[in-house]
Amino acid sequence: MIVALVVIGIVVLIAIFLVFRYNSLVRARNRVDQAWSQIDVQLRQRYDLIPNLVETVKGYAAHERQTLEEVVAARQHGVEATGVAEQAGAENEITQALGRLFALSEAYPDLKANTNFLNLQEQLSGVEGKIAYARQFYNDSVFGYNTRIQSFPTNALASMFNFGEREYFEAEGEARGPVRVQF
Amino acid sequence: MIFEAVRANKRKSWLLIAAFVLTIVALGVVFALIFRLGVVGVVVALVLALLLTWGSYWYSDRIALAMSHAKAADPVEYARLHNLVEGLCIAGGLPKPRIYVIDDPAPNAFATGRNPEHAAVAVTSGLLEKMNRIELEAILAHEISHIRNYDTLVMTLAVTLVGFAALLADFAFRFLWWGGPRHRDDQRGGGGPQAILAIAGVVLIIVVPIVARLMQYALSRRREFLADASGVELTRYPPGMISALEKLRADQTVVHSASKATAHLWIEEPLPTHQGEGHQPRLNRLFSTHPPLEERIAVLREL
Repeated sequence: MIVALVVIGIVVLIAIFLVFRYNSLVRARNRVDQAWSQIDVQLRQRYDLIPNLVETVKGYAAHERQTLEEVVAARQHGVEATGVAEQAGAENEITQALGRLFALSEAYPDLKANTNFLNLQEQLSGVEGKIAYARQFYNDSVFGYNTRIQSFPTNALASMFNFGEREYFEAEGEARGPVRVQF
Repeated sequence: MIFEAVRANKRKSWLLIAAFVLTIVALGVVFALIFRLGVVGVVVALVLALLLTWGSYWYSDRIALAMSHAKAADPVEYARLHNLVEGLCIAGGLPKPRIYVIDDPAPNAFATGRNPEHAAVAVTSGLLEKMNRIELEAILAHEISHIRNYDTLVMTLAVTLVGFAALLADFAFRFLWWGGPRHRDDQRGGGGPQAILAIAGVVLIIVVPIVARLMQYALSRRREFLADASGVELTRYPPGMISALEKLRADQTVVHSASKATAHLWIEEPLPTHQGEGHQPRLNRLFSTHPPLEERIAVLREL
């Protein structure tokens, strides 16, 4: 009689343990998904800031058409990009184009003193930082999730319920190279 | 190395907390039995200690901010500050805390709040002027790490334990003096054993609160190391924090709006220490809420 009760007790405890484990896997996987869309949110922010920047610069340096057009084109590539590799390539293009634009602005003291321009510069710096942090958080989430589904005893549970491994965000070939600033 | 540093600090602080709690529990037992406080006395002391500290924990953000005359930081005027905090919160998966600025030339910052959802970060105007973007980010990462690691809760726990120990000692003293629950048999003993007990009692009453406080300060220092390591875990850039700490070391101005009560919250000891100190005397260091800047810089260089 007692033995039966003990056995039932142990089974119940194991069941509760498994439920908690399963839920933590769900939470970890959802965090990975959420982190991925967070990256997108920051990328969109950046795209939204660029038209305003282009307009502001045009007000002072309208004849620097080539640089301005490069920025607009790079932004367009970013908006239209599909797939991680293409997106990363477009991102790199935007960073380079923006770099040239800001280097250019050094020659226009009026532009540099414009509060709108300064605000946009700060916001763009901020957004680039946030994109980097969003990617970092995504990778951290993937690390946490992958470690969980690979560790014993959760790995048995994971394979039973099809919790697959997630991939890290890696800087694709072009983005890994040095940023070339050409004038 | 960074992740290892964070885990080592967390492990050491858990050990410290366990030692702290066990010590206080042992004291409770000693006081209950030897000083005849009984279970009732101990429970009363514990409840009182909890009541006294709970309010300050629950409203820690409001209290700390009011005491330091902090003003909410306008998102447009302090755009950089807001952007940096937002970035770090993304890195840490945290909600954005409320941000404040304190009008004070001394560079310093603090973070407080009972949990990440009710948190606040404050920086002095001096800090904003003296630090560049990367250093400011490193300091903010340290502060946000305090929030992430629930340090307000941890230190409230420590302060509660100290208060509990102090109350136990106080009750024991009163019982000795005014005569607490005693078995009638003991009345006849008189003399020797009573005197020894009295002396032991007085010694404990003086020593126990001090020992408890030392443990509280040791825990505070450990949590500062943890915040340094966690901050670097967010930014992945130790040189930023090293540079910021070196600037703090070189700067001698003292924060005006700090007090002993809030000292442990700031990024560096806000109250004046010895001038020109290369090495604080050993005893001073045991009572510090923060580890010496030298040591913090040396630890970060190892990462």
